Amino acid sequence: MGEKSRKNLEDVTIRFAGDSGDGMQLTGTQFTTATAIFGNDLSTLPDYPAEIRAPAGTLFGVSGFQIRFGSREVNTPGDTCDVLVAMNPAALRVNLSSLKDGGNVIVNLGGFTEKNLKLAGYQSNPLADGSLSKYQVYEVDISKLTANTLEDLGLSTKTVERSKNFFALGMMFWMFDRPMDPTIQWIKEKFAKTPNIGEANLRVLKAGWNFGETTEIFTTRYEVKPAQLPKGKYRNITGNQAVAFGLIAASQKSGLQLFLGSYPITPASDILHELARFKDFGVKTFQAEDEIAGITGAIGASFAGALAATTTSGPGLALKTEAIGLAVMVELPLVVCDIQRGGPSTGLPTKTEQSDLLMALYGRHGEAPVPVVAPATPADCFYMVFEAARLAIKYMTPVLFLSDGYLANGSEPWRIPASSELPDIPVKVWVEKEGFFPYLRDEKTLARPWALPGTLGLEHRIGGLEKQHITGNVNYEPANHDYMVHLRAEKVERVVADIPPLQVEGDESGDLLILGWGSTYGAIKTAVAEKRAEGKSVSHAHLRYLNPFPRNLGEVLYRFKHVLVPEINLGQLVKVIRSKYLVPAVGFNKVEALPLRSTDIEQKIEEVLEG
Amino acid sequence: MIETVENKTQTSPSVRLTPKDLQSDQDPRWCPGCGDYSILAQVQRVLPDLGVPREKYVFISGIGCSSRFPYYMNTYGFHGIHGRAAAIASGLKMARPDLFVWVVTGDGDALSIGGNHFIHTCRRNLDLNIILFNNQIYGLTKGQYSPTSVFGQVTKSTPFGSIDHPFNPVMLSLGAEATFVARSLDRDPKHLQYVIKRAAEHHGTSFLEVYQNCNVFNDGAFFTFTEKETKDDNVVVLEHSKPLVFGKERDKGIRLDGYKPVVVPLKDGKYSVNDLLVHDEKSSDPAIAFILANMSNYPGLPRPIGIFRDVQRSVYEDEMVNQIRAAQAKRGVGNLDALLNSGETWFIR
Repeated sequence: MGEKSRKNLEDVTIRFAGDSGDGMQLTGTQFTTATAIFGNDLSTLPDYPAEIRAPAGTLFGVSGFQIRFGSREVNTPGDTCDVLVAMNPAALRVNLSSLKDGGNVIVNLGGFTEKNLKLAGYQSNPLADGSLSKYQVYEVDISKLTANTLEDLGLSTKTVERSKNFFALGMMFWMFDRPMDPTIQWIKEKFAKTPNIGEANLRVLKAGWNFGETTEIFTTRYEVKPAQLPKGKYRNITGNQAVAFGLIAASQKSGLQLFLGSYPITPASDILHELARFKDFGVKTFQAEDEIAGITGAIGASFAGALAATTTSGPGLALKTEAIGLAVMVELPLVVCDIQRGGPSTGLPTKTEQSDLLMALYGRHGEAPVPVVAPATPADCFYMVFEAARLAIKYMTPVLFLSDGYLANGSEPWRIPASSELPDIPVKVWVEKEGFFPYLRDEKTLARPWALPGTLGLEHRIGGLEKQHITGNVNYEPANHDYMVHLRAEKVERVVADIPPLQVEGDESGDLLILGWGSTYGAIKTAVAEKRAEGKSVSHAHLRYLNPFPRNLGEVLYRFKHVLVPEINLGQLVKVIRSKYLVPAVGFNKVEALPLRSTDIEQKIEEVLEG
Repeated sequence: MIETVENKTQTSPSVRLTPKDLQSDQDPRWCPGCGDYSILAQVQRVLPDLGVPREKYVFISGIGCSSRFPYYMNTYGFHGIHGRAAAIASGLKMARPDLFVWVVTGDGDALSIGGNHFIHTCRRNLDLNIILFNNQIYGLTKGQYSPTSVFGQVTKSTPFGSIDHPFNPVMLSLGAEATFVARSLDRDPKHLQYVIKRAAEHHGTSFLEVYQNCNVFNDGAFFTFTEKETKDDNVVVLEHSKPLVFGKERDKGIRLDGYKPVVVPLKDGKYSVNDLLVHDEKSSDPAIAFILANMSNYPGLPRPIGIFRDVQRSVYEDEMVNQIRAAQAKRGVGNLDALLNSGETWFIR
């Protein structure tokens, strides 16, 4: 065995790709865990098809998982990858365009059968026809090596076949010198009841590592040193998991039981799954018969005094709009989480998009304003859903939380906060009979009292019909309606006093401000850092509060010559910014149902600066 | 530690309520002569007998004439959106099993726009009570046919007669395996009170269909069953473990011929009460209840009123609470720091 050379890298992007049944999401997740524990900063992008088990070998059945990790700050999962692991020809064909020129591609030779080449639409074998000449290609017969490793275990061909992802994982662990223990431990726990399968996976994982160590084809091993992250205890977290944790935290900090009314929908379902596990926190999850029952059930629970939430994605939000209007009218706290996906209609359920912003802001009949918040990163989902709950309770209003598929399934290392670092959420439950009216107003917030059924002397009726100011009785008088419409709008406007001013990253004034919201944070941050390094006058501000906007937004905008708003939609935030602040902001809009690429934003920055 | 909401509320000392205590300060605004008045009155008459403090009641409705009901009850109330009362009530009951929850709905509200919530609430079996005011018409929107309007009915939206086959609400709820299913009449206060009381006492979802006269848009739709002249010969009152006897002279009965209910005379010596179908509301098998419900489809058969079915099955919110208690007994009450620190963690020093 020859001594391998070692190469030090600041950051690397790897993409695992195979059939949707090949276990690529699992492989990626395990690699992520090991990388997180090793101490790199990282960002991930699972990219999988809507079909659960699409026919094997087809282009539309390809499932991918991309991870970027580094010894420096990592804010995006990478525009392009350095290493592509392709388990079959379809995976190669779908993902090759994301591989950097000169990048490494590791193919499973066993997957390159005549049949699979044909299914992938290759006229000739790309491994033989020279079409991959600009890449470094490593052909490894992962299928066969896996089978050899397991031949004495008497396992079915199917079981053997399903273990091969661990061979690929073992090879990558070796190549990037990752700790294997977390995965070994995971396999032992996961397959405790089927020890022969567990044993097979362990063997294959180690065989992959040993193959890297002994084979002549790999001459280099890479080293990516731990990143300089702030001190503390860390875990890896996905956006959806962070939403679940954030809601539980809000429940604990408010002393209210948590109720989730939800209907399964991609990519929001994981929040329901996650919360359903936490019965020990007294969490009540209701998988309703439809989206409407999900939210109206939550409204009922809110009337009863619970911290109520509903989770969905675009098509579900459309169905919930009438009920959000009801929550606006009855003025009950409610957290509505929309995990945006590619639309319209069923669209691209497993992909990401930011195209529900205008629906969140305006998509209801009647004048029905609600506060809207949006997290910037997967871990930020924790803080922003907590914030949504705080505002909902304090202002007695539904609050919309806008995440997206990329934040939901993407992950990043998260410095775990102590529960004592989180603020308490004060809850005023009305018990005083004297002077009680259901539509009394708090002078400061304009919130109405939360009087819970079961309280003697506070019996009252609420509903969707217009309410008389103070008494809450049904009322059709023109002046009262006008007053109430203005009052509900002002209540939401007053939230502005309760949210932090917008922070600018970079100079406080200059040539160009990039104004973003939601999951484009990492890509914008990366692009701005690149341009600033080149000496360009570019700053970045990211909106986490979309209604109302932070009070200093106008001021910030007026300090820059140009304003650029990159979004994964046709220009929704930019439209609002232009109309509200009368600035000639321009958009950068790409709607591929994928995260924006920082290099694309950089190009647009050049364009804007050159005028 | 989560403080229970129950602790934050104060309940009254046990005081005997009167019907007047249950009247709110809002005057009912139904049309004069509407059957809704009677149903409201019977509910207000029965509730004091249940010994439940007023503040523990919540009345939830959707949209329609009947759905104004909560405004007239001096209890907690929620006038929701069209069709969704059962879903609002479900969430409320899950969050607060200590409350006594009533859903007030109509044939359009429960069976058309809210049909999905209706059947799922029936199967889920939360401990709540649904009263469906069936007037076989859309009243609030001024006279279109409803999902219970009879075939051929001429209404504003069916000038040539309805070509829709109607729902039979009792059959629908039995099909959805509701554990308590009953029917009564707005013009029979005694019977209505009895059935309301029984519905309230049932642990699980109670479904009560009330034939209710809309004297403006569908006047007399149920007069055959409600008026003195015709009622006795056209209605058979279901009573548990009693044979199905009806008629002004109590001279007719219902006998099962195979699966088919037939009317037999009791005075000509050929049949006696011993030959008649004996009602069993507790039967675990819903087949007979379904046959009784289906009698509506046969002209010539009397219309059954009373309790079709009253059986026990696991109650949703009980199971929900049991799962929470079991989890807390096994793992202890959840700790936020432990949750945040769960899974793989590492230190950056």
